[in-house]
Amino acid sequence: MSLEPPTAVRPQPPAPGPVLGPRLTLPQPLLLQSGVALPSVTIAYQTYGTLNEAASNCVLLCHALTGDQFVAGTHPVTGRPGWWDDLVGPGRMIDTNRFFVVCTNVLGGCMGSTGPKELNPDTGRPWGLTFPVITIRDMVQAQAKLMDHLGVKQVFCVAGGSMGAMQVLEWAHRFPERVFCALPIAGSYRHSAQNIAFHEVGRQAIMADPDWCHGAYLDEDKIPKRGLAVARMAAHITYLSETALHRKFGRRLQGREALTYGFDADFQVESYLRHQGLTFVDRFDANSYLYITRAMDYFDLAAENGGVLAKAFDKTPVRFCLISFSSDWLFPTSESRAIAHALNAVAANVSFVEIDSDKGHDAFLLDEPEFHQTAQGFIDGAAAIRGLPRRSV
Amino acid sequence: MNMTRPHPPLVPGRIRVDLQQVADLVPNGARVLDAGCGDGTLLAYLGTYKQVDGRGLELSMARVRAAVSQGLSVIQGNLENDLKDYPAGAFDYVILSQTLQATHRPRAVLEDMLRVGRRAIVSFPNFGHWRVRMSIMFGGRMPMTHTLADTWYDTPNIHLCTIKDFVDLCRSMGVKIEAGYALDGQGVPRRFSALAPQANLFGEQAIFVLSRVGV
Repeated sequence: MSLEPPTAVRPQPPAPGPVLGPRLTLPQPLLLQSGVALPSVTIAYQTYGTLNEAASNCVLLCHALTGDQFVAGTHPVTGRPGWWDDLVGPGRMIDTNRFFVVCTNVLGGCMGSTGPKELNPDTGRPWGLTFPVITIRDMVQAQAKLMDHLGVKQVFCVAGGSMGAMQVLEWAHRFPERVFCALPIAGSYRHSAQNIAFHEVGRQAIMADPDWCHGAYLDEDKIPKRGLAVARMAAHITYLSETALHRKFGRRLQGREALTYGFDADFQVESYLRHQGLTFVDRFDANSYLYITRAMDYFDLAAENGGVLAKAFDKTPVRFCLISFSSDWLFPTSESRAIAHALNAVAANVSFVEIDSDKGHDAFLLDEPEFHQTAQGFIDGAAAIRGLPRRSV
Repeated sequence: MNMTRPHPPLVPGRIRVDLQQVADLVPNGARVLDAGCGDGTLLAYLGTYKQVDGRGLELSMARVRAAVSQGLSVIQGNLENDLKDYPAGAFDYVILSQTLQATHRPRAVLEDMLRVGRRAIVSFPNFGHWRVRMSIMFGGRMPMTHTLADTWYDTPNIHLCTIKDFVDLCRSMGVKIEAGYALDGQGVPRRFSALAPQANLFGEQAIFVLSRVGV
């Protein structure tokens, strides 16, 4: 394939301060699920809107595998709109006139939070593979520390899609008294065998790149761009549906009239995937990709509770709204339905809606009016019960 | 905590008359499951005027979306499968409005309702009404009335019964009938109870409040 060879530029640790926004460094080591105590954990985050006097209007948004804290506005690194820019802002679904919106870069990420590309304080060198394996629970524990720091005892709403939905469920499970309502979208209570399999393909692609250097590429002034790009390409297919791919590209050729009888990107779909891969390596760290996919693979709320998911939510006071998309085969509706059934088994307050969409898993990031209408109804309903002001229309 | 309700107040009396009859049977502040809640009209009414803690179950995804979009707690599901999920005694009232006759196993549905709820409110069209009888006896055709509005080949109703049949079923199940109301085609209560001798002939529909014996 025609990916550029890696350039020998020593990657700079991202400068703290205005570019990547505020950061919190925890005074104590964070005790991870694995038993390791991770020292000097830093959480990079963004906030939008103002925390009210009662600290009751905080909305915590949890990003997906390759997302980050820049949920709204223009991303300082990519120059593109934030991942939920359409939904977060004054008068929007998550109305920053009413809500204090917080989004963190997850633990293990590469946009300013502690992760494998940051420096190990003990050695002064990038963590690389010496970084401990982290879990969804660890990400949520770190977010909870940030909430303490911000003075938020109870988050009004925790929301997120895909891996974000896993964090939402973990929040509701771990801190039921700290969550008023939970909005897990296109998610699951555990990563399926098929999803673990796709992640393994991505990880193997990265590790097969000689520039990965057994994880020490930053020490070697290299970046495993080709491996990371292939991982992104494979994963990107799972975010779409067959229908969406066909509608978007069909078998159309890319900038040519006929097949070339070679291995250039003859088809538009090939060209598109290569572009996706290439642009991804500019903003994402390969080792972060390994660690975060691993965190998703390890997630299983049922197994943690004796194989009975309902036990994870026994007597939960949290109001839930589960949303899935009909053409999502990565986190299919059956996963959300299983969560709904578990929540029914403990008589929890739960709504569950499947949105008709042919856009696959990515639908949660796209313009899907029925999804937005449903989520808006849930948030506004919960806000009224919480005694928060109505949306200004 | 401020208990402002999520949905705009409805104008009283603006829900369907038969739903109004059901709503009037639910006490303030009850925990209610509306099984087959449609777009949530009854739940919204009960939330606004009776401060109930309401949940809904609905088969049609479009109606579920409509209900959740107005801030109601509704899940998509099939009541014959999904009632089994709920723990015993999770609700004060389980409501099944004009749906029992469309279920595959009405007896099992009633059992589940009375397991999940302390009480059940069930409404259904009465197949013993005189117009139904006349239609078959003199017309020789399946009846079409206010409450049985579909042709035989389009109707979702597969287990129609008369008021007497329903009372017999309750007795055989050992279910206590707390109250019964006979209604006309629009849902306006008749002057007699559903247990009165004339109800099976003159009530176009009926609403029963049931409970488990010993509750």
